[in-house]
Amino acid sequence: MSMQLKQSPTTGDEVITNYTINFGPQHPAAHGVLRMIMELDGEVIERIDPHVGLLHRGTEKLIEHKTYLQALPYFDRLDYCSPLCMEHSYVLAIEKLLNLKVPERAQYLRVLFAELTRICNHMLNIGAHVMDVGAMTPNLWVFELREDCLNFFERASGARMHSAWFRPGGVHQDVPEKLLVDIGEWVDTRLPELFGDAMSLVLDNRIFKQRNVDIAVVSREDALAWGFSGPMIRAAGIPWDLRKSQPYDVYDRMEFDIPVGTNSDCYDRFMVRVKEVYESARIIKQCLAEMPEGPVASTDGKVSPPKRGEMKQSMEALIHHFKLYTEGFHVPAGEVYVATESPKGEFGVYLVSDGTNKPYRCKIRPTAFSHLQAMDMMSKGHMLPDATAILGAIDVVFGECDR
Amino acid sequence: MAVLHSAPKFASNEGVCDVLTKALGKMVVSSHQEHGEILITVKRDAIADALKLLRDEHQYQQLMEIAGVDYPERAERFEVVYMLLSVTKNHRVMLKVKTDEATPVPTVTTLWPNAGWLEREVFDLYGVTFAGNEDLRRILTDYGFEGHPFRKDFPLTGYTELRYSEEEKRVVYEPVELVQDLRQFDFLSPWEGAEYLLPGDEKAEGDKA
Repeated sequence: MSMQLKQSPTTGDEVITNYTINFGPQHPAAHGVLRMIMELDGEVIERIDPHVGLLHRGTEKLIEHKTYLQALPYFDRLDYCSPLCMEHSYVLAIEKLLNLKVPERAQYLRVLFAELTRICNHMLNIGAHVMDVGAMTPNLWVFELREDCLNFFERASGARMHSAWFRPGGVHQDVPEKLLVDIGEWVDTRLPELFGDAMSLVLDNRIFKQRNVDIAVVSREDALAWGFSGPMIRAAGIPWDLRKSQPYDVYDRMEFDIPVGTNSDCYDRFMVRVKEVYESARIIKQCLAEMPEGPVASTDGKVSPPKRGEMKQSMEALIHHFKLYTEGFHVPAGEVYVATESPKGEFGVYLVSDGTNKPYRCKIRPTAFSHLQAMDMMSKGHMLPDATAILGAIDVVFGECDR
Repeated sequence: MAVLHSAPKFASNEGVCDVLTKALGKMVVSSHQEHGEILITVKRDAIADALKLLRDEHQYQQLMEIAGVDYPERAERFEVVYMLLSVTKNHRVMLKVKTDEATPVPTVTTLWPNAGWLEREVFDLYGVTFAGNEDLRRILTDYGFEGHPFRKDFPLTGYTELRYSEEEKRVVYEPVELVQDLRQFDFLSPWEGAEYLLPGDEKAEGDKA
């Protein structure tokens, strides 16, 4: 028996109401635990309400209960894709309060590894972004490079990701000579080859462009008003890079260009990151060429711990060691806001000290907060599948966003 | 003091503090410069006007951050700190207001759209309310969370913990039960910093007064 309709459905006279869907909290394109309530009109996004905080661990409160040195490893766990850049803001904030001089070699090492971290971070983001819009192969290739970076971190600090290698006053340990040689070789050969290959699959790819060009265009005014930073503001055509405009460590001696976008869409954000990888490689080469010999941590025994060998000989060094790892050092009372250019944008630390050995307050300025907040503004009027491209171009990591 | 550290160097603070203090006029409660940072405390009700003035006439285009700080011993225990950035002058300033649990701070969502979440965060963690913010929901803590966890009188361990209950087939909330108490060591040197009151010390203090 066949089914017969009394009246054929016609288009036009039916009213389709908006409906709401729930994106996440566990979704591969959410890059972590993001829940978004999306109001859709058919397939067009009308409104997005991102719910963050699902990864909130109370890092800032925990830091208030630790000494300055004990609090440092928490920073690795903020943006776990670029751990060393997170530490960078924190150690600079402490050094600013202490007005502590950092030896040159340590400054070079920090810049070198911050840039290596930037490459490492961009590899993950570029790969993930490409995969979010449908391509598989480039992600596998750039993950090879990311693995190389992590191996370098392991050789420098002993840990692949959570290095805790930047310390107030310098870095924890000097690096082996062979590591610097290997990094130099890697930057010269493997990085440009493999990365160039991977990008040649993507950059002029028709599907990739269709998914990204003219998606989520943000005007310059909006980018400023929404507090954008990093690749997000540079894609909008504003050449703003804290490494250039507010140089820290030895960035003022480095020669590099700031890539900017013209269109301020997802494709530009992607391209800014691709170009930044090459600029980072330039900085790494300069660091390797110019790096002087010398100590890698401040010689002020009241802040940085003595060498193991010294402790066997000198009573004073032994006392310093004991005091530093029990009581910790005291930081003069005051408050500073120190922001550095993390791979994702401006990563700031607002540190309030009351003169004791523990921070009174440590407010962390995540990059993702202002970017993700603009998700609603950027996605309005775009299709549902564009949301993943927009998210991928924001480069959001929830360890940092939720703290 | 000579600058020895290698923290980010922005445009010189020379004279900026005076210029801004003069421009803000009666709104300013106090202003000072320390560790290379300019901090201006303004009257609570004037914060929106002060930020508008700095944004429109002194080129501080971006609001990077709003931070809450809790000083329980003060009458107005909370500080709300606004970090401003000028991309044209390449300069940063911080503005502050003070408030307590009951008094709302005027919202700045009218000036910067990204202030919305920043204010929500301060509300969530400290319980500072913002008058005029129409979307003052919790942001970082759990759905249905009670209390404001970053206040200094909120314990580090919190009050509730959650686990998946096999019997009830859902996540259940229970009071925190630690196998070992949370240990807080006071490592402050008795020679500097800490104030240990020894019996009899108050007599010496009395003599001075």
